[in-house]
Amino acid sequence: MDLDAQHRRLVMLRTLVPVLLAGSLAVPLACAAQAQGKLLLTGGVSSIDGAAGGGLTPWALTGSYATSGQVGATAYFTRLPVQDYSLSGYGASVAFGERVELSLAKQDFSAGGTGAALGLPGLKLKQTILGAKVRLGGDAVLDGDTWMPQIALGVEYKHLDAGGLAPTLGALGAKRNGVDVYLSATKLFLAQSTLVNVTLRATRANQNGLLGFGGTASSRYALMPEISVAYLINKEWAIGAEYRMKPDKLNPSALGDGLREDDWKDVFVAWAPNKHVSLTAAYVDLGRVVPGIQPRRQRGVYGSIQFAY
Amino acid sequence: MIRSARRGWMAGLLALLVGMGMAAPAIAADDTLYRALGGEAGIARIVDNLIDRAYADERIKKKFDGVNPKALKESIGKQFCQLTGGPCLYDGETMVKSHAHLALDKADFNALVEDLQLAMDDQQVPFAVQNRLLALLAPMHRDIITK
Repeated sequence: MDLDAQHRRLVMLRTLVPVLLAGSLAVPLACAAQAQGKLLLTGGVSSIDGAAGGGLTPWALTGSYATSGQVGATAYFTRLPVQDYSLSGYGASVAFGERVELSLAKQDFSAGGTGAALGLPGLKLKQTILGAKVRLGGDAVLDGDTWMPQIALGVEYKHLDAGGLAPTLGALGAKRNGVDVYLSATKLFLAQSTLVNVTLRATRANQNGLLGFGGTASSRYALMPEISVAYLINKEWAIGAEYRMKPDKLNPSALGDGLREDDWKDVFVAWAPNKHVSLTAAYVDLGRVVPGIQPRRQRGVYGSIQFAY
Repeated sequence: MIRSARRGWMAGLLALLVGMGMAAPAIAADDTLYRALGGEAGIARIVDNLIDRAYADERIKKKFDGVNPKALKESIGKQFCQLTGGPCLYDGETMVKSHAHLALDKADFNALVEDLQLAMDDQQVPFAVQNRLLALLAPMHRDIITK
């Protein structure tokens, strides 16, 4: 390519990038004025899979502060370093009223010493998750006098880029793409300042998809419950705990129980000083991750920041 | 050991869930909430503050056009008093009737909730007590929100 053509490309890029950026910002900014109709923290925070919820689990709430007739957006960044691995993730979501939520999440998992032990030093597992959630009915916050929770149906399409581990996962019978379907029920017991969520997820994801989907043990979907309880200390602060069960489809495998997976759990604290930003910190226990190589439990402090418009 | 730890967690969370569920439908059976809000005088101060805020709230002030704030304060005061177990009788309009013409949406409703939270903050009402009052008021959204 000659210099002139390179220059032309550069000029084109310089024009295009600001236009695209302006375009992508225009929608949330245009909505910024009115997408404030919900009460503080009632959009949850961004879960690791991108959907609004707790940290590990999606809830029936839709993200952002958009209520009926409003469109809202969120963006987040999350980091979770544990003993032998580290997970970072970022993503965004758009909510149309309190009816539909679309989300996109990217996860980057550093396999640390496990990669090196497998002859794959510097191994990174990258996952992209496209999510959609539809509120079927109920109002988690306002329907305090009935048993009816807010109920939502969600789907998460996950694509794994396992790098050098892909042939191994293939040999173990794990697929690179997977779909999770979940039903969430969320209820705020307002008089008790306590929120409860129960999610039932149909999945065959190994370690949430970071080790593929299905395997030699079984490729069938399993129905896994996930439970969150949060207590509202005041308008801005909430504390809580979560428990997420996992399907364990790579146990046993050619490696015996070396790929066995454990349930995930955490205790968290979330702070929303206003309707534009929230911070979540959690102590997370991922159980054992590839215990054939790293037999100890993987625990760490999770930090997440979310911006909402 | 792992299984029993899992059972422990699940049992704990489920017990909480059931506990919350049992306590859910909150209707003042006694006057503890009324007294926690400071009785007639305390409720009057909260409502006074609430209505002043609402009339100045850019999001919803238009909805109060032509409404006498003094009469509104008196009516809402009586309503809160009765709801929380106090010795009052609310004899005003039904919620459906008094809001039908206002075309209120959920954002309007939540704006008033936020004003009430601030009004209660001003009166140093503890958050947990605030939520007990909000739990009695929130279900009225079905009669108030028409849009």
